[in-house]
Amino acid sequence: MSDGNKNFVLGVFDDEDVLLKAIAQVRQGGVKIHEVFSPFPVHGIDDVLGYKGSRLSIAAFIFGLLGTTLALTMQIGMMTVDWPMIVGGKDFLPFPTFIPVTFELTVLLGAFGMVGTFFVVSDLKPWAKPRIFDLRITDDKHIVAVDLDKNKMSEADIKKALADAGAQEVNNKQFD
Amino acid sequence: MHAEAVVRKPLVTGGKTVHDVTEDICIRVEQAPAKSWYAAMAVSLALLGYGTFCVFTLVWEGIGSWGLNKTVGWAWDITNFVWWVGIGHAGTLISAILLLFRQRWRMSINRAAEAMTIFAVICALQFPLLHMGRPWIGAIWALPLPNTYGSLWVNFNSPLLWDVFAISTYFSVSLVFWYIGLVPDFATIRDRATGISKKIYGALSLGWDGAAKTWSRYETVALVLAGLATPLVLSVHTIVSFDFATSVIPGWHTTIFPPYFVAGAIFSGFAMVLTLMIVTRHVYKLQDYITIEHISLMNIIIMVTGSIVGVAYITELFIAWYSGVEGEQYAFFNRALGPYWWAYASMMTCNVISPQLFWFKKIRTSIAATFVISIIVNIGMWFERFVIIVTSLHRDFLPSSWAMFYPTWVDIGVYIFTFGLFFTCFFAFAKFFPVINMAEVKSIIKATGEKKK
Repeated sequence: MSDGNKNFVLGVFDDEDVLLKAIAQVRQGGVKIHEVFSPFPVHGIDDVLGYKGSRLSIAAFIFGLLGTTLALTMQIGMMTVDWPMIVGGKDFLPFPTFIPVTFELTVLLGAFGMVGTFFVVSDLKPWAKPRIFDLRITDDKHIVAVDLDKNKMSEADIKKALADAGAQEVNNKQFD
Repeated sequence: MHAEAVVRKPLVTGGKTVHDVTEDICIRVEQAPAKSWYAAMAVSLALLGYGTFCVFTLVWEGIGSWGLNKTVGWAWDITNFVWWVGIGHAGTLISAILLLFRQRWRMSINRAAEAMTIFAVICALQFPLLHMGRPWIGAIWALPLPNTYGSLWVNFNSPLLWDVFAISTYFSVSLVFWYIGLVPDFATIRDRATGISKKIYGALSLGWDGAAKTWSRYETVALVLAGLATPLVLSVHTIVSFDFATSVIPGWHTTIFPPYFVAGAIFSGFAMVLTLMIVTRHVYKLQDYITIEHISLMNIIIMVTGSIVGVAYITELFIAWYSGVEGEQYAFFNRALGPYWWAYASMMTCNVISPQLFWFKKIRTSIAATFVISIIVNIGMWFERFVIIVTSLHRDFLPSSWAMFYPTWVDIGVYIFTFGLFFTCFFAFAKFFPVINMAEVKSIIKATGEKKK
């Protein structure tokens, strides 16, 4: 099989600063990294891996806008169009009193929409069967996973590159 | 990379490594709970049981079983509601506002504080629900649903309806924020567990694998959620204060209410966080994670917000006099010197004087003093709401209808019910959930741990 995602070489690190330098060094050496797994967010890892910033904030904005629209449509529809009624001498379109509910629904839809999008794009779901490269990922080790089938370099060269970059251990991992 | 001044005290002491964090926190979930946990849970369940009986009586007999009369139509129910909502505010403040300000000391207290927020809001919700008498009908009337009155919709001019939207949004967004933070920690527990708990924590962790791409998105989500939750938390207590401020009752009709209520909410919330954290820290031996430095910083926030609340009390008095409105002047005169003077005096002592003790470093860094003052502050904040609500109502526009309010055993019982509910939830959380955000604390071990300093 040459479509990859089966045979991996894993470099194990336990220091985030060493890890960041190592990723940069290994990538410069021509190794294609499949993914890096960490127990906690490592700042600056996106840059060394060449990841673009997440666009989830745009999703939040769009869902928020949807919330604003829905809230205003609902309130104007009910209070102004469907059954106009004078309450406390206010206008049929008492816009200032619509602001609290509009704000709340903007936040509600923005937050839920963004988190929902995050779950979908990151494939997070209760019935997910994650591929665990190493059980220590959620404890104290950072793992650099290199897909052997997607690299032109030989296994020995990849292992050497990882070890030279400061990996504590270099292991093989096979999925079937 | 984060550079930090050497003068800052370490946030994690005891030379903890990243692996120690996993061990120290996970062990509480994995081990059978201590005897003291069973004892505490038994007391909470007893309170909850007695409270449930009182709630049942309330629903069966009706609101007449409360001590309300035709002059004082709002008393313990709304006092307790505002008190619980206020307490909830600290969790969001710690996790959202301190995240935006990049305050790293939030990391070891945010999980428990957010849990407290969620449970406090659940307790608060009981009062508006129960005061409807027939909650199963009232809950429907409060929502903008089509109905058989042609359709006569809910009134969007009413701050009570804004409350429905504000509190439910606040509850659901806080829950999501809390859950997002829990996902990586559930994965840690999953990878250590076996059998049925591996399945449960596996489902809860949503298949988290710790990939750098997912972490990057996670960080964006946390930041944007914090950005959304910050104005949200400020809006919630603002809207709660509108319940009073938009009325024309002397003593309530005050423009200072929104900022004053928000400051009071943060004040009481931090006090409740401290009460709970001091106990949790002691029982779970978390002294290396929740250090004296954390306690001292929280005490400073209590001192600042307590002073804001004090300034608000005095401003209210001044404006009542300065306005020249007789009704307003009498409301405040009656509040301070009328038959409820003792409630006003308790409020002033507990909320304005007691937090000033935190100017002294010795008191600020003493566990015992902090624990006592944190409870005093919460008593004071309960009295604040009682004073605002009952003393403004009991001597209304017509002296012939002046009355006093006396709580019945049902009033007290429903309050006890929320205590039972709150502590049952909190102790269950302390057993089954990681009480400290492991992933976040691990990320600061290197930068701010003791070894680095």
